[in-house]
Amino acid sequence: MSQKELLKVKNLKQYFPIKGGIFGRTVNNVKAVDDISFTVNEGETVSVVGESGCGKSTTGRAILRLDNPTDGTVEFDGVNLLDLNKKEMRKMRKDMQIIFQDPYASLNPRQTVRETLREAMAIQNVVPKEERGDRIAELLETVGLQPYHADRYPHEFSGGQRQRIGIARALSVDPKLIVCDEAVSALDVSIQAQVLNLLKKFQKEMNLTYLFISHDLGVVRHISDRVIVMYLGKIVEVGDKKSIFENPQHPYTKALLSAIPVPDPDHNKDRIFLQGDVPSPIDPPTGCRFHTRCPFATERCKEETPELRSAGYMAEGHQGACHYMELIESGEHQPTRETSNVRMLDEEPEKV
Amino acid sequence: MSTNESILEVTDLRTSFFTEGGEVKAVDGVTFDVPAGKTLGIVGESGSGKSITAMSILQLISHPGKIKGGEIKFRGKNLLDLSEKEMRKIRGNQISMIFQEPMTSLNPTYTVGQQIRESYKIHQGLGKKEGSKRAIEMLKLVGIPSPEKRLDQYPFELSGGMRQRVMIAMALACKPDLLIADEPTTALDVTIQAQILELIKELQDELGMSVVMITHDLGVVAETCDYVAVMYCGKVVEYADVRTLFKNPRHPYTVGLLKSLPRSDRDQEELTPIKGTVPSPDEMPVGCRFAPRCPFATNLCHEKLPSLDDVGDGEQIRCWIYTDEWNGDPGVKVYEPERTTEG
Ligand SMILES: Nc1ncnc2c1ncn2[C@@H]1O[C@H](COP(=O)(O)OP(=O)(O)OP(=O)(O)O)[C@@H](O)[C@H]1O
Ligand SMILES: Nc1ncnc2c1ncn2[C@@H]1O[C@H](COP(=O)(O)OP(=O)(O)OP(=O)(O)O)[C@@H](O)[C@H]1O
Ligand code: SF4
Ligand SMILES: [Mg+2]
Ligand SMILES: [Mg+2]
Repeated sequence: MSQKELLKVKNLKQYFPIKGGIFGRTVNNVKAVDDISFTVNEGETVSVVGESGCGKSTTGRAILRLDNPTDGTVEFDGVNLLDLNKKEMRKMRKDMQIIFQDPYASLNPRQTVRETLREAMAIQNVVPKEERGDRIAELLETVGLQPYHADRYPHEFSGGQRQRIGIARALSVDPKLIVCDEAVSALDVSIQAQVLNLLKKFQKEMNLTYLFISHDLGVVRHISDRVIVMYLGKIVEVGDKKSIFENPQHPYTKALLSAIPVPDPDHNKDRIFLQGDVPSPIDPPTGCRFHTRCPFATERCKEETPELRSAGYMAEGHQGACHYMELIESGEHQPTRETSNVRMLDEEPEKV
Repeated sequence: MSTNESILEVTDLRTSFFTEGGEVKAVDGVTFDVPAGKTLGIVGESGSGKSITAMSILQLISHPGKIKGGEIKFRGKNLLDLSEKEMRKIRGNQISMIFQEPMTSLNPTYTVGQQIRESYKIHQGLGKKEGSKRAIEMLKLVGIPSPEKRLDQYPFELSGGMRQRVMIAMALACKPDLLIADEPTTALDVTIQAQILELIKELQDELGMSVVMITHDLGVVAETCDYVAVMYCGKVVEYADVRTLFKNPRHPYTVGLLKSLPRSDRDQEELTPIKGTVPSPDEMPVGCRFAPRCPFATNLCHEKLPSLDDVGDGEQIRCWIYTDEWNGDPGVKVYEPERTTEG
């Protein structure tokens, strides 16, 4: 795998203002993504995982500038996307495509598949006009559909087939990067496996780069080279797949992995139960954002924000944002909270 | 399950929807047992008839749907023989259900307290004061912080995880003998799912309930169930104890599902998807419903529907391969333990 950095995100922030009062002034912000940095190399798959609302989709949207980021830089192929004007950005989109969870919502219901694909190619002006017909047939075949499907409308397809159309559309402009936002989450496992295999095949054939957003850790383990774990708008851990799954360092990653039900009745589960729910991103907890639920939290965690860092025993590129990684690893720092009881009746921060 | 007494025995249940496009056989001859005190999992892909099976048990099917036939024996009594009035006494009392979408089954205009009290009023004739006392006990039981305060809150004021706990509290209010949980955690994050599943298991032990756990997640099945019924196109295709199902699956569909599943607990070389898609109701195959997607299908499979047969050890399979009539490769190996890069 080449080590060329295709995408370089630095100190990215995406705040959504909350308006209030009679003047509609900004009274507060949803800090959906709050100062994150990472890189994605050409030809690799980097997954973004974390629970609902942690900022995965917002990250994807900010990179493609579907929202306008509050702060930071997004370098793609050496160009800072946040400096581009609309027209320049539109050109750039040829190289950066997105596949959504719900292909139905992203496909025009009044356009046949042929029209959808033709339009995508016309906007980006990628294939000479007279060759577009052949290209459409080729694309459909690539994603496992039949030529006669070209003249059908989105509602005439199953969910899995629609997802293939979404993929065909993304591929039609010959992109470098595809952001897959829960691209297979709505599919039944038998169909999900078909689509995952397709994505892997295209990656190999076209040297595609994926930013793969998902909450399904089985899928993530299958498809990723590296994994980013997010919690409440921050990256809490990043590393190669093996490190994240076999040697997780952040207490949140550990709890998340331990919570996944494994399809093996003999699997021995040492489950870490977290208390309560994820707090609101409007007034996120001070210090380490995980401290309200973390089994290892101390006073220090309430005050000091931990930065992403590595420890000597961790693999290259593996970083976690916890004050106590080494001490937890060595056993010197023990849990400060009960982690095995699901009925603690502890007071949790009120939901907003 | 000859050694184990069953609390629920469903036999050849059939429920259809009569739509403009014709009859949709949503549940098409479903048979399974729920051994007392145990958890039966019902798995299958979207549209396979899991929810309609559950709603048929409680007779919550409304127009244009109709239960066409079969038997639903609860404690030996066929529920399909009961009047609506008698059914009402059973629902929420002896058999309770947690629904797939919590927001549709919690009434948004009533407080949590009002909704739980209602159940005590209907089934036990309790007044407001006694009802509230019991409601607080239930909320405590399911681990809801400051239960007294929650009584006056509306469903929308609660987080997803709390709402699901309230649903469980409501379902368990009258200490049912059987709990039917339809995808109780599908809408929740995995850390919250872990809490809720553990909670159901603990409550089951404390109250001695039997549970029907409906899910499409094979991980949830492996973790929470004792027995499993795998459904495909409105029919049960395999019924086995949970260990047998995962260690020695026999139906080609079950095997296909397991081979399609990306695992979080180990590295996997590749996924082997099931080819094709689930047939739509208007093009339902006449033979084995799985034949068009099955790697082993013969002409027999395409022409004749196999029945759900006992294959020993309490296991049942609906597949020609396990019958004397099988006309394909006699040494066919449906399941071979997969190659993994790591144990
Ligand atoms: N346009 C918006 N205006 C206000 N808040 C928003 C907006 N978009 C997202 N948010 C908020 O930002 C936070 C992050 O949302 P995001 O959609 O990125 O989460 P996610 O990780 O993709 O979650 P999911 O797994 O549910 O898709 C959430 O609290 C969400 O409510
Ligand atoms: N009101 C209705 N009218 C017509 N068909 C219906 C109706 N309700 C359900 N069906 C059909 O019955 C079949 C079984 O539906 P059911 O809801 O039981 O599936 P399920 O296995 O629970 O799926 P899921 O995993 O998506 O919840 C489906 O084909 C569905 O389209
Ligand atoms: S009966 Fe035939 S088609 Fe059906 S599952 Fe068995 S082998 Fe496959
Ligand atoms: Mg999202
Ligand atoms: Mg359902």
